[in-house]
This record gives sequence, C-alpha cells and structure tokens, in this order.
Amino acid sequence: MESGKNFIVGIFDDESVLLNAVKKVRGSDVNIHECYTPYPVHGLDDELGYKRSRISIAAFLFGITGTCLAFLMMIYMMGIDWPMIIGGKDYIAIPSFVPVGFEVTVLLAAFGMVGTFFVISNLKPYGKPRIYDIRSTDDKHVMAIDLAKNSKSADELNAILKESGAIEINEKKF
Amino acid sequence: MEVTSPVREVLVTGNKTYHDVSHDICRHVEAKPNPKWMTAMVVSLGALFTGGYALAITLWDGIGMWGLNKTVGWAWDITNFVWWVGIGHAGTLISAVLLLFRQKWRTSINRAAEAMTIFAVICALLFPLIHTGRPWLSFYWFVPIPNTWGSLWVNFHSPLLWDFFAISTYFSVSLVFWYIGLIPDFATIRDRATNKISKAIYGALSFGWDGAAKTWQRYETVSLVLAGLATPLVLSVHTIVSFDFATSVIPGWHTTIFPPYFVAGAIFSGFAMVLTLMLVTRKVYNLEDYITINHIELMNIIIMITGSIVGVAYITELFMAWYSGVQYEQYAFLNRATGPYWWAYWSMMTCNVISPQLFWFKKIRTSLVATFILSIVVNIGMWFERFVIIVTSLHRDYLPSSWAMFSPTIYDMGIYLFSFGLFFTLFFSFAKFFPVINMAEVKSVLKSSSGEIENKK
Repeated sequence: MESGKNFIVGIFDDESVLLNAVKKVRGSDVNIHECYTPYPVHGLDDELGYKRSRISIAAFLFGITGTCLAFLMMIYMMGIDWPMIIGGKDYIAIPSFVPVGFEVTVLLAAFGMVGTFFVISNLKPYGKPRIYDIRSTDDKHVMAIDLAKNSKSADELNAILKESGAIEINEKKF
Repeated sequence: MEVTSPVREVLVTGNKTYHDVSHDICRHVEAKPNPKWMTAMVVSLGALFTGGYALAITLWDGIGMWGLNKTVGWAWDITNFVWWVGIGHAGTLISAVLLLFRQKWRTSINRAAEAMTIFAVICALLFPLIHTGRPWLSFYWFVPIPNTWGSLWVNFHSPLLWDFFAISTYFSVSLVFWYIGLIPDFATIRDRATNKISKAIYGALSFGWDGAAKTWQRYETVSLVLAGLATPLVLSVHTIVSFDFATSVIPGWHTTIFPPYFVAGAIFSGFAMVLTLMLVTRKVYNLEDYITINHIELMNIIIMITGSIVGVAYITELFMAWYSGVQYEQYAFLNRATGPYWWAYWSMMTCNVISPQLFWFKKIRTSLVATFILSIVVNIGMWFERFVIIVTSLHRDYLPSSWAMFSPTIYDMGIYLFSFGLFFTLFFSFAKFFPVINMAEVKSVLKSSSGEIENKK
C-alpha cells in the first residue's frame, strides 16, 4: 500500500444524488479515484467511465477448456487406455460422455471465472481494504478523490463536492 | 430506479432505511444466542448423535444392518438421496432462475434458500457414499483417479458416475454462488463489529471487500454468469438423477418422462422446504417486514404449479403404462396402486396431487398456518414418491419367485434421522453466524419497491 496519499472523501446518502454528483465532478475536470457503495448502484460504472467487464469472456474460455479436457479424458480412459465394451456401446461413445462433459464445462467455467474475479479485484482472505468511510458498507455512498492526481486544491474540490450534494466532506490519508 | 410499480406489492414493508436493513439482519449475528436457538440446536444435535450411532454401526458392520434383501437392493438410502437432492433445487432456482428472470422478490429469500441447498446436498451426498458399503474405497469407483490395481478407470457410460459428477459440480457451484453473495454482507458485519474476534473472523471471510464501483460491476457480471451456468445445472442434476432409474429395464422406471417429472418434483419439494424454514426463521428473527405474505404467496403459487406438473406426470405414467401394452409395465402400476404398498402410493397421491391444489384459494395461500402445514405435507408426499418409485418397482419385478417385501430396520431410520440432525445443525449454525437475508441485494431493491417510497407518494 502506498503511504502518504491524501484523499478528499465525499459522503452521499442517496444513489441518484451520487450519480448526478459523479457526472458533475467529472464534468469539472476532476479525476475521481473510486466510488464505494453498500450495494450495486446501476449506471454508476457508466458515469465513472468504466468499460464493460470482460469477465464473461474468461468464463467462456474456462468453459471451453473444461469441455475439451473432459472429452479428452473420457476418450483416453474409455477408448485408448483400457478399452472396454459396456452395454453394447462403442469404446468412444460420445453421447454417453455428454453428461460428464457438460458438468466439467460448468465446473471449470464457474471456478475459473470466480478465481479470475478474486484475482483482478484483489480479493483474498485477510485482504486489507482501504476504508475511506466505515459507513460505505452500511448506508452511505462514498466518492474518493486523489489529491495527487488532480490539479485542483483541496478547497476547490470541497466546494465542487458540496455543490454536487455531498452531505459530508472529509480528508483521509493513507 | 425511483419508480415504484403501481401493480406489484411492496417487497419490504415497515418504512425501512438502508441502515435499518443492516441493523435488522446483523443484530442476530451480533447478539448472544437466544434460548429458542439454543433449544433448537440441542434438538438438532440430539438427532445428529442418535442417528450417528446408526451410521457408525452401519459403517462398522456393513449395510447388512439395513432392511435390504436380494430383491429390494435399494430402499431408504436412495429414497433419502433423491429426496434431499430434490430439496436442494429450490435454492438454486430462487437465486439463479429468478435472477435471470429479474424477479426482485427473490432478494429476501435467496440467501437462506441457497444455504438450504448446500446443506441438503451435503445430506444427499451422504447416502450414495454410504450405500456403497465401503465409503473409504468409493473414491476409486466415483473419481477417475489411477488406482493400485492398474489403470482401470471408472465407467463413464454409467448414470451412477454421471450422478457423481452432477451432484459434486452442483454442490461446488452452489457453494461458490452462495459465498460470492455473502462477501459484501460479511464486509458490513466486519465494519460494524465491535470486538476483535468478530472483526478478525468476518474480516477474513469478507476477503477485503470495500464496495468499489468497479468491483460491484464485476460482481454483478459474475453473479449473472453464475446464474446462467447454474440454471441448466439445476435441470441437469435432477435429470441425471432420474437417469439412474430411466436407463434401467425395471418396470415402472424405464420411462422417458422421468427427467422433466423429477425436475418438477424437485422444485416442488424444494419450495416446500424453503417455506417450512422461512416461516420459522421470519418468526424467530422478527423478519416479517422482509419475508412478507407476498413472498409466501408467490412461493405457494410456484408450489401449486409444480405440484400440478407432478400430478400430470403421475397420470401420464399411468396412461403410458396402459397404452404401451407391456404387461410388466401395466402390472407395476397396478401393483403400486393396489398392491401391498398401496398406502404409500395413495399417501403420495394425496399429499402431492390434491394438497397443492388447495393453493388455488387465496385465503389458503396467504395463510401462514395453512402454508406451514401444507409445506410439510408436500415434503412427506415427495418422500413417499421416491419410496414408491424405488421399493414398489423392485419388490415385484419380472420373476415372481424372487418377489419380496421390504421393511426398514432401526438403522435405516437412524441414518435418516442423522441426515435431519446434520441438516438442521448446519442450518441453525448458518442462521446464527451468517446474515440470513442478503442485505446488499435487499438494499438495491429497497428504493424501487419499499413501503417508504410508497408512503412518500
């Protein structure tokens, strides 16, 4: 964690005020570090200019890997390594491999995607999050602005936030 | 977001604020266990240990302790297995299918329903594992791992093996889905915690969640994709469970209607169990504002629909047995209705076909007492359904010389009791230490559908 960074933290108590505030703050040429909300606020990612998450592509790729691995495994085990005719079926009877193939696809897609989500979002047991305001997991929406990444002074940012509807403005140092 | 639907009932009553939601749900986690909870836990542990004795004896002496005979090779074990797996289905249905259909009413009940799924599947897994007789070796029969006798692999043509893959995938994916949903709520408890131990435990469980907009965006995509993955999984699991029977040549089992009929039955019994648990939970934890009569009514409607599907399936089975012209098939169904197990068949018919039809009456489907009684009746009926399918088909098959009757021993009953003890011990532990309602999701629908907004208008 970097130390000595100063943040201006605006607290909002309504999601629609926050959405308008993000628009306003970004419109005043201020770079928002991040917003923290107790629940997913729809449209906030668009207002913050975030691109659509590509995590579903990861799920698809993991899923395809699962399908291939499952079928290769079953073809090798039942058809090559120990070929045996069971119930009059072929050595490599693709239809009876479908259920296991499907399950392994889902398993890998789900676990791969969730693993990717944890890694890219930096979520891990005993992960130490930066808490800008403890109420951001309860009932308040928080907007954090990094002073070092903005040319405006703390007072100017305070004024912009106040104008945008923040109910409280604090300074936080990490 | 500010629009409250003029046609739909409010989802959360009592003019709740966001902070009220956190407070109402977290206070049970933060408070000391109350006497009601302690009593319930003691009873569950009692069942767990009493039944555990039957399990221990079975493991020690073998499954000869059960009432099985040369004809009825499956009875209570697989009945209990299919019953518990079925119960699990409502959780995934509520969290995944209703999420895909954008049904906001799921938010108050999805957490507990998912927990129920996980615990029911654990109980279900127990039965196939112990019915092998030597569970410590069963990994060689279920899992494709090289064994000490050479590279002899498991049989991928067998529905029992498909079952293993289906149930274990279902369990793991449901567990992940459930846990992902819990992370933001664990962060709320972590930030509210006043003592060091709670802070450390919930801090570890919350994985360092901070509620950043970017993380929420990814989280919602993950939830939606997981729902998309879990939905076909719900259908596949019980379809595959039905293959255990449908791919055989036993009269009464060898029918193509089994997959959809099993899935409908699973949802039917699953919702009944969700209702049984929810009615108790809302009362004990004073959550009447979150789990409203509206929620209960909607679940009852699902029970009514799936119960009707099950009823149609029973009649279709009878019709197909007659229409097929196969005397063995015809006899199997005649024997179910009029043979020595007629009482089980007619209990099943009464509980599953007639009882859910009572929910056509609004007065009944909005009555807490009627719902509670009927939810238990449905679960009894669904247990009988599995018993009827398994035992009545096995006890009289092609060879009259091998016909026999099955009656359970106390070990059969004991292990069933053990599974109840296990289920309720896990559920009560969950209800005490985890938030029983998904706070983040309830907060996200609060504004669009709460009583507070309604009143402001």
